[in-house]
Amino acid sequence: MIDLIRNYWLYFLVGQYPQGPLGGLALTLLLGVAALGLALPLGVVLGLARTSSHRVIRWPVTALVYVVRGTPLLMVIFWAYFFLPAITGQQTSQFNTMLAALVLFNGAYLAEIVRAGIQGIPRGQSECARALGLGYWQSMRAVILPQALRNMLPSLVAQFVTTLKETSLGYIIGLSEVSFIAGQINAQVLTKPVAVYTILALTYFVLCFGLSRIVRLLEKRTQRSSVVMP
Amino acid sequence: MIEFRNVTKFYGSFRALDDVTETIARGEVVVICGPSGSGKSTLIRTINRLEPIDSGQILLDGEDIHRPGLDVDRFRSGIGFVFQQFNLFPHLSVLENCTLAPMKVRGLSEAAARERALALLERVGLAGKAQSYPAQLSGGQQQRVAIARALAMEPPLMLFDEPTSALDPEMVSEVLLVIRDLAHKGQTLVIVTHEMGFAREVADRIFFMDEGRILERASPEDFFERPQHPRARQFLSDLRSPFARSV
Repeated sequence: MIDLIRNYWLYFLVGQYPQGPLGGLALTLLLGVAALGLALPLGVVLGLARTSSHRVIRWPVTALVYVVRGTPLLMVIFWAYFFLPAITGQQTSQFNTMLAALVLFNGAYLAEIVRAGIQGIPRGQSECARALGLGYWQSMRAVILPQALRNMLPSLVAQFVTTLKETSLGYIIGLSEVSFIAGQINAQVLTKPVAVYTILALTYFVLCFGLSRIVRLLEKRTQRSSVVMP
Repeated sequence: MIEFRNVTKFYGSFRALDDVTETIARGEVVVICGPSGSGKSTLIRTINRLEPIDSGQILLDGEDIHRPGLDVDRFRSGIGFVFQQFNLFPHLSVLENCTLAPMKVRGLSEAAARERALALLERVGLAGKAQSYPAQLSGGQQQRVAIARALAMEPPLMLFDEPTSALDPEMVSEVLLVIRDLAHKGQTLVIVTHEMGFAREVADRIFFMDEGRILERASPEDFFERPQHPRARQFLSDLRSPFARSV
């Protein structure tokens, strides 16, 4: 196992970079961070639309959320792989294809978390904000979302962890993220599949566990004001 | 200041307000009382459009406030509303609760909003609690903060929707004292309450409501000593029954 790590650690971390494109763990992290960073705002926007009182806004978004949630991620990836080039008329890179699929898929899931979070805040809060003369956006931004996001934190983290793990499906379209690289290493070494995939598993575990812990710390730090009114 | 013209409102097929016509003058203190489900809260909530109405008109200083196209946020910022459940924002400190709307809606600087908020907290006896969070306060304290928060917008009109109904009995008077202080300073007040002793003391007029109608409008003395409508007499005698709070 030591030999394995000694020979392949750089390949595992960055793929063929700098001779070839960036890959490996670095690409996984990049993809994960980009997907989360884009999916969260999308989820908030879709979640707000899901709670809108205007049907023209609520219905299409509801349909989109149901369709995406009723489809396996693998399907969405294939969709992105074959349809994005057809729509845009140009070749889409594997990274962008995967990113688009992850953002859409997780945006739909996050939308439901955001909707539940918003609807979980007592009606009196928005009534009161509006009675003070705050507009819809002002009351969302200053009163409802800060409380809702805090309540949503555990569900959000669970979704983030899922997203991070889902980047491994990039394998299927030949994206050289860390699972794909592990496959390559295994193909070269041939005799040590258990060791290779144990290292891969540990890598994912450390990432996901680390993410949960960081958020737990954040949660503790903001607890001071998260106490619910009696 | 406020004029109801044939205001009617339904919840489904239930007639919550039934052809209400009434006028409230600037500087007047009006207490609305009546049994549960009589339409008191609905009436007060229509004044700042928390509830839509189905027919009729409500005029505030001559302006129809339920007409479409009205700038609702600007209009609401001129009406203070105090809720039964206080509805303080739990993620903001007491001070931030009181400076939020003045800064966002009125565009006050942080310093100016802060100065105004601290003066109002002083007035409701909570200057020392500015940095506390709502969950650290008692119900009575929370409601006094809610009053200060509403006053921070310097509204010409203040509405109270059962401000003491969610409070433990020993905290009722601290809130009522603050409201009485407002009444004595000439603030226009409309108050829905079950505190009849308080109503008698501060009200210029009392409206008695039942089944969505204002059945009686009278001075406190006339209302309590010489109620005209049979429903009002019944209501007052129920209040005087042995286990009800004394009048």
